[in-house]
Amino acid sequence: MNRVEGRVKVTGLATYAAEYPVEGVAYAYPVQSLIAKGRVARVDAAAALAMPGVLAVLSVADPPELAEDADAELALFQRPEVAYRGQIVAAAVAGTYDEARAAADAVRVEYETADHDVSLRADHPGLYRPEVVNPGFPSDTEQGDLEGGLAGAATVVDVTYTTPVLHNNPMEPHAALAVWDAEGILLVYDSTQGATTDRDMIAKTLGLPPGRVRVVARHVGGGFGSKGTTRPQAVLAALAARVTDRPVKVALTRQQMFDVTGYRTPTIQRLRLGADGEGRLTALEHVAYEQSSTLKEFAEQTAVPARVMYATPALRTAHRLVRLDVATPSWMRAPGECPGMYALESAMDELACAAGIDPVELRLRNEPETEPDSGLPFSSRNLAGCLREGARRFGWERRDPEPGVRRDGEWLIGTGVAASTYPARRSPCQAVARVRDGGFLVQVAAADIGTGARTALTRIAAETLGVAPGRVHVELGDSDLPAAPVAGGSMGTASWGSAVVRACEELKKDGREGRADTTEEVGQDSELARHAFGAQFAEVRVSAVTGEVRVSRLLGVFAAGRIVDARLARSQFVGGMTMGLGMALMEETLTDEEFGGFLRRDLAQYHIPACADVPDVEAVWLEEEDERLNPMGSKGIGEIGIVGTAAAIGNAVHHATGHRVRELPITPAKMVMTRF
Amino acid sequence: MRPFDYARASSPADAVRRYRPGTMYLGGGTNLVDLMRLGVARPEHLLDVSRLPLDAVEEVRGRLRVGAAVRNTDLAAHPLVRARYPMLARAVLTGASGQIRNMATVAGNLLQRTRCAYFQDVSRPCNKRRPGSGCPAIEGDHSNLAVLGHSGACVATHPSDMAVALAALEAEVHVTGPGGDRIVPMPGLHRLPGDTPERDTVLEPGDLVTAVELPPPPPGASLYRKVRERASFAFALVSVAAVLDVAADGTVAGCRIALGGLAHAPWRAERAERELIGRPATGGTFLDAAEAELEQARPLPRNAYKVPMARDLIVNTLEELAP
Repeated sequence: MNRVEGRVKVTGLATYAAEYPVEGVAYAYPVQSLIAKGRVARVDAAAALAMPGVLAVLSVADPPELAEDADAELALFQRPEVAYRGQIVAAAVAGTYDEARAAADAVRVEYETADHDVSLRADHPGLYRPEVVNPGFPSDTEQGDLEGGLAGAATVVDVTYTTPVLHNNPMEPHAALAVWDAEGILLVYDSTQGATTDRDMIAKTLGLPPGRVRVVARHVGGGFGSKGTTRPQAVLAALAARVTDRPVKVALTRQQMFDVTGYRTPTIQRLRLGADGEGRLTALEHVAYEQSSTLKEFAEQTAVPARVMYATPALRTAHRLVRLDVATPSWMRAPGECPGMYALESAMDELACAAGIDPVELRLRNEPETEPDSGLPFSSRNLAGCLREGARRFGWERRDPEPGVRRDGEWLIGTGVAASTYPARRSPCQAVARVRDGGFLVQVAAADIGTGARTALTRIAAETLGVAPGRVHVELGDSDLPAAPVAGGSMGTASWGSAVVRACEELKKDGREGRADTTEEVGQDSELARHAFGAQFAEVRVSAVTGEVRVSRLLGVFAAGRIVDARLARSQFVGGMTMGLGMALMEETLTDEEFGGFLRRDLAQYHIPACADVPDVEAVWLEEEDERLNPMGSKGIGEIGIVGTAAAIGNAVHHATGHRVRELPITPAKMVMTRF
Repeated sequence: MRPFDYARASSPADAVRRYRPGTMYLGGGTNLVDLMRLGVARPEHLLDVSRLPLDAVEEVRGRLRVGAAVRNTDLAAHPLVRARYPMLARAVLTGASGQIRNMATVAGNLLQRTRCAYFQDVSRPCNKRRPGSGCPAIEGDHSNLAVLGHSGACVATHPSDMAVALAALEAEVHVTGPGGDRIVPMPGLHRLPGDTPERDTVLEPGDLVTAVELPPPPPGASLYRKVRERASFAFALVSVAAVLDVAADGTVAGCRIALGGLAHAPWRAERAERELIGRPATGGTFLDAAEAELEQARPLPRNAYKVPMARDLIVNTLEELAP
């Protein structure tokens, strides 16, 4: 089945947030803080206001009305305090984009500057233990005698891994178009991963009842998490539209996206692993150090996957956070699991090397019976199957474990493996299905952020109704449709799909219409450890001359329940693996220690993989029956592809060169300086 | 972007005649338009020279004359370039992306500005953009910046790959301007920063590059190699353009080496070249030559890797060229 909206996308007819034709539209352009900490002392907008086409300048000098309990990242122009460099402190509104941009440039902001601190360190005096980590896990867990387990181990690995600030860079920039109608109803065309949640957040921020706000997001050009929470462009557009009494459009530049749309926190992760003579874990400790802003706490669940992965009599996980003068981190594809599994799976490779055990075998020997931390039974867990199938397809049995010995001219060659895991959740959702024009209309406020949600839901509805997909029309991306959770946490299809199945079942009974709300059903889900698993295999070539690392082969084998649509699933897995390749070798946003904020804020400098970097990426999956998850028996696939990829590549680099780089990304500079 | 006026020049002479303070010549726009969007370049008058009749590649008395408005894609694909100057074709093809090469012009490529993050961000100091404001890169992010020829005022690098090959090929840059016509030999077009890093080149206001002329290819084999963090669409961490001519007795009869990614200008490695002439074309000689050149390097804490990277790349490239 082809993608339902394929034709409108390739012909350019699909409309994105900033593209809706609206009469009399004006444009707002943000003014960003030039200091990392302090306060705005004065805003001089006179020059800007005198410029052609300029309608208004918004700033803290005349704070627009917002709800008192507005989210701190969204409470624009409410307080003079500056929390980070790049924070939006004012905005110019004008008749054209260029006029607004020129006017924003002419707004003079004076600051009272305070000393800033933007550096994450494992010995930072401000470190503390957050109450919970995203989205609600306990911060710390401890079972068994960790020190005893380490002391009695035949092999011990004690290593620290670091990951840098990473940024989502969806193709479509964050953009919003806000229109207030004569009745005071606000319509926002927003680039968002969730129309319902975005509507609720915009309403809360503006102090409006949700019924007075509508969010439309029919097509979204990617998000990866950065559009999973409401972002300032939506609030800015709404405020500017209210002030000027015109529709207002805001489209962030790529550089601004680095500042105000969230990022993956940098991490420092210490792993201590002990194993007995057979490679069975005697103790596992994973401690993660991360940052958040002074505005609000975002604590990423970096050490949480260690609670899921391996059997061990002693297990300790902990998260420590420090609030710095930086923007607030947020979701980026597999928050927590992705950097956490990078460190854990790298450390497991080090343990395998130190113990002289094959890394696939090491993982198989540590398969748990039940989820290690909770003791819950797994709904299904086929990590061992993924490892075995991956090893077979990859030709793992021919692998020489000796590092640094395979050469092809100047290129050193190595292979590596890592495991993947990601939770398989679902959330309450509503949907409606009805007969229309000889076909079927299915409505749910889901978001298709390029994953193919529209297509997957069409398939799910058609299968439930027992009709051809061509007879089903799915309508989504509008908060006026039945309420739906965000496209995030790899739970979109599971959540929306459950509601669509139930609505279609009702329709079959009723003959005309079916309505569903899965709140009760989801609430009755039995308590199980629900996760997808996977195994990542990488082959790399490292130039002994230049230190360049090229990934010649990537193979991911996944166990993610029933796959709803093979073509869409493959895209998600391959996309996730490609993003993991970027994380391993190139992605990094530098923090400017002197002035605060981020450096290298465009796609010429923030490197993501180009086509030439991914010659051979293959994703396959095991047939997995797991009927206890949801009516489709499916697990999410949006995020598991990235988890483990960076570790597999790093492990392959070690196998190729004999050198372990413990700081991502693994750049030519770092490889050359190791002088392997 | 600030308001500006736009006009097309009808001839090189017309362009020079219409030049006045605040004017910038526009070629393919792949760098200038970006810099205008960022507020780094703020021309009042944009004089489009991309459609001047300067888009031919032609043979003139054994030399190859490349018009200033020739697109990078066309230059790299030209049969005479591919046949006689394969190193140049390869250098051009390692630069940017296919889309950008389709737009970018030869003169624009030579005159593109540094990609230093501080230079590109008008909210931060930069001596190159705003003389006297300081160079935060020296204490901050200089990991991709210069190790050769930099000053206390600037550690920026020149980003062009093509210019590195042209420096090794001893190309001549033809310029017309208010002072008349003149020829600037490569690599002399670009300046080292000294205490006036705001000036990238020796060109004067109103000067217009009209062509690049390549002398007949030097004897020997040639190669362009580039180290970068991804396989395409990335600026060089280090690059080498090398020509090596080995005599029948196995000694080096002639050689040219130019380095990219290391300095404010394409860096002609004259010390290395002197070290090589007359000596056996073997790895030991190549290493001595590379080390002789890089003795002048003054790396900063975060770009120290460039010295061993350049050394190994020079040696390896020469080894590939040696028969």
